[in-house]
Amino acid sequence: MARIAGIDLPKNKRGVIALTYIYGVGHTRAAEILEKAQIDPNKKVHDWDDTELTSLRGILSDEYTVEGELRSEYQLNIKRLMVVGCYRGIRHRSGLPLRGQRTKNNSRTRKGRRKTVANKKKAVK
Amino acid sequence: MARSLKKGPFVHHKLERKILANAESSKKSVIKTYSRASMITPEAVGQTIAVHNGRTFVPVFVTENMVGHKFGEFAQTRTFRGHAGKKDKGKR
Repeated sequence: MARIAGIDLPKNKRGVIALTYIYGVGHTRAAEILEKAQIDPNKKVHDWDDTELTSLRGILSDEYTVEGELRSEYQLNIKRLMVVGCYRGIRHRSGLPLRGQRTKNNSRTRKGRRKTVANKKKAVK
Repeated sequence: MARSLKKGPFVHHKLERKILANAESSKKSVIKTYSRASMITPEAVGQTIAVHNGRTFVPVFVTENMVGHKFGEFAQTRTFRGHAGKKDKGKR
């Protein structure tokens, strides 16, 4: 059992990889954290002892915003844009891309699944 | 790409002068501007700036959260009336 920041880490993965299961920790940060805690990045999670775990927890809670806190910060940023009524906020509201991408085709990530329109005119050759 | 810090934020010089003068005076008058690319400075907070959208001047009341944005971001240049055939939405 290795529980850090409210997340169960996979037991039989290397430390650097396992830490990336935390929201807000990628490869760079994972390496950084292990360096600070002075743990070999190749050491598997089930080989960590309690002192190592507590030091990792300490580093994460003191120096980084992760998981729920980070998610709420992210949502607040979006909310701010929407409240202020700027262009990006309006695009957020209408679920369209923010950064000037084309919307004639593609941008399905923002727009979601295709909504087929009945009797839509095809372009005349 | 971000603007060089050395130059500082861009504000059109005439607009900047007007905003500063307006901030000093007690009664706030609406400033009309075409300069959509100007950054909103902290001095402009609480003032109403009418930003041109290509057709009319859109009044923008500046709040604290808007500092650091550009004036143009608050005056839409396009009007989307909804797609044809969509019943409930997009009535002007």
